[in-house]
This record gives sequence, C-alpha cells and structure tokens, in this order.
Amino acid sequence: MRFKFIIPLALFMGVAITLAVGLTLKPGDIPSALLDSTVPEFDLPAVMGRPRGLASDELKGEVRLVNFFASWCVACRAEHPLLNRLTEDGVVPVYGVNYKDKPEDARAWLDRLGDPYVRSGADIPGRVGIDWGVYGLPETFIVDQSGRIVYKHIGAIDAEALENTILPIIVKLRQ
Amino acid sequence: MRAVLFALFLALTTGPALAIVAGESLDDPVLEARARDIGKGLRCLVCQNQSIDDSNAGLAKDLRRLVRERLVAGDSDQAVEDYIVERYGDYVLLKPPFKPITYALWLGPGLMLLIAGWGVVVFLRRQSRRSPVAEAPLDDDERRRLDSLLDDG
Repeated sequence: MRFKFIIPLALFMGVAITLAVGLTLKPGDIPSALLDSTVPEFDLPAVMGRPRGLASDELKGEVRLVNFFASWCVACRAEHPLLNRLTEDGVVPVYGVNYKDKPEDARAWLDRLGDPYVRSGADIPGRVGIDWGVYGLPETFIVDQSGRIVYKHIGAIDAEALENTILPIIVKLRQ
Repeated sequence: MRAVLFALFLALTTGPALAIVAGESLDDPVLEARARDIGKGLRCLVCQNQSIDDSNAGLAKDLRRLVRERLVAGDSDQAVEDYIVERYGDYVLLKPPFKPITYALWLGPGLMLLIAGWGVVVFLRRQSRRSPVAEAPLDDDERRRLDSLLDDG
C-alpha cells in the first residue's frame, strides 16, 4: 500500500470537482423539454394596433428568433434595445409573443420602445406560453428552417449571450 | 402550560395554506380530489420549491386551471401529468422519475450507506484484532506505579 496517500487526495479532488461544477450551475435555468422538436401548434391574434397575428405555420423557411415578452416584464425592457438593433441591422428576423399582457399596455409599450417584431401575436390567456414551456419572461427561442426549436435563452439577452451563444448558433444553422 | 397546549392545538388543527382560491376548484369532488393530487406533485416553475397548489404565481394558477380542464375533458391522471411534462420536462415533477439519468440520485444514498457500513465493519474488525495487545498484563513497573497512584487517593 505505498500509494495509500492517494486516497485522501483523490477524495478531495472528487469533492472539489463536484462542488466546482455544482456551485456554478444555474438551477433557475430549466432546460427546455422542447429542444429538437417542432414548434407547438398555435394561431394567435395580433397585438392591439398591429395588422397581423402570428401562427406556427409562419415559423418555417428560415432561421428565426421567437421572443416571449410583456410590458410588465422589467427584464424585457432591458433586452428590448438589443432586439430593435437586430431588426434594424437585419441580423435575424425576430418574432414576438406578447405573453399575458393587457392589450393596451402592450400597444403602448411597442409604440414607445419600438417594435422589432416581423410579426407578433397576443397570448393573453398564456396558454401558448405553456405549450412552449415558458415559465419566466423574457424567453427567446431559436427556430430553424424546418420550424424546429434549436435553443432557448432564459432571461434578458445581453450582448455577451448574443455574441457568444445565439449568433454562432444562427450562423451554424444557416450554413 | 396553557400556552403550550394552545400551540399544540394550533399545530395539529391547521393545515398548509393552499393557494387555490374559491371559484378555481371543480364542482365534482372526485375530479377536484384528483386535481389536488396531481397538483401536489407538480412544481411551480416560478418559485421552484412549491407545488402548483401552494403557489400564488400566475403560471401556477394557469397550470392548475389546465390540470382541471384536462381532467374534465376526460384525461387520466397520468395523461395530465404527461401533458405537462411534455412541455416543461421532468423538472416539473416534484418526485423525480426513476430512469438512467436519475440512477445516481435514487441509488446514491443507499450506495453511500453501504460504503459507510462497510467502512464501519472493517474498522471494528481491525479494532477487535488489535485489542489483545492492549489487554496485555501490566509489567512490574506499571503495577508499582498504578499502586502508588491508587494509594495517593
């Protein structure tokens, strides 16, 4: 047993690695159960004051972002300028689902802060949100050309998440 | 004493406060009981350690309504649970299912107990093997020292 001293060392390493991984996980971020599946069927009416609503059939053909937002959601306001920029610069088409909002609030919000959405739908009862597994706004999904959900970002998108995670996935999908 | 009895009385007669409000529950008591049973096992994803029956969050309320709608539509308990798991994943179940990814979770504690038990057995065996040495009779020097210590008392 010349190498017995290894045992406590190995135990320590085991505990250290487990803790290093465990303590840096974000248990608040629940992985989506819908990854790799086709977007759920839905057909939503337009947000108040917008010409058209949004249905699942329209989410096919190219890579898109589907963003769940609401005027009562503070983090949504934080990410909103970034969504506006994505649209202005033509980076990727952004589609919106207005989740459990008051129609007039949603309208005022989009009028004031800008409307980055190619199309948006109003999910006032929140049922479409449940079908998408949404549990906290904002949530943003990347949907590929075939209408498959590829990625879900939970919380406000910041520049770092956009550069390091979301844009690379979009670039890869487009190849 | 009366205060203690009163505290005991309160502790025994009050139940947990459910977030279900009047008007939410179904008229059919059997269906409502099933809905409560399902709701107890579903995690509210906003508050994460409350069941949807305990939570005031808007999503929990929507999920409670959904559970009742599915039951009224004739779904079995399992079908309702599957419907929600399909959307939110296993995470939504307060009791995790037993499958390969959760083997460590379910079997880990038992395994740890076995390892600890084995460690105890090995330790005790070693101790009992060592004890004859410890019980070796005192030599003359030790006996004299012991006697003098006892005399001092």
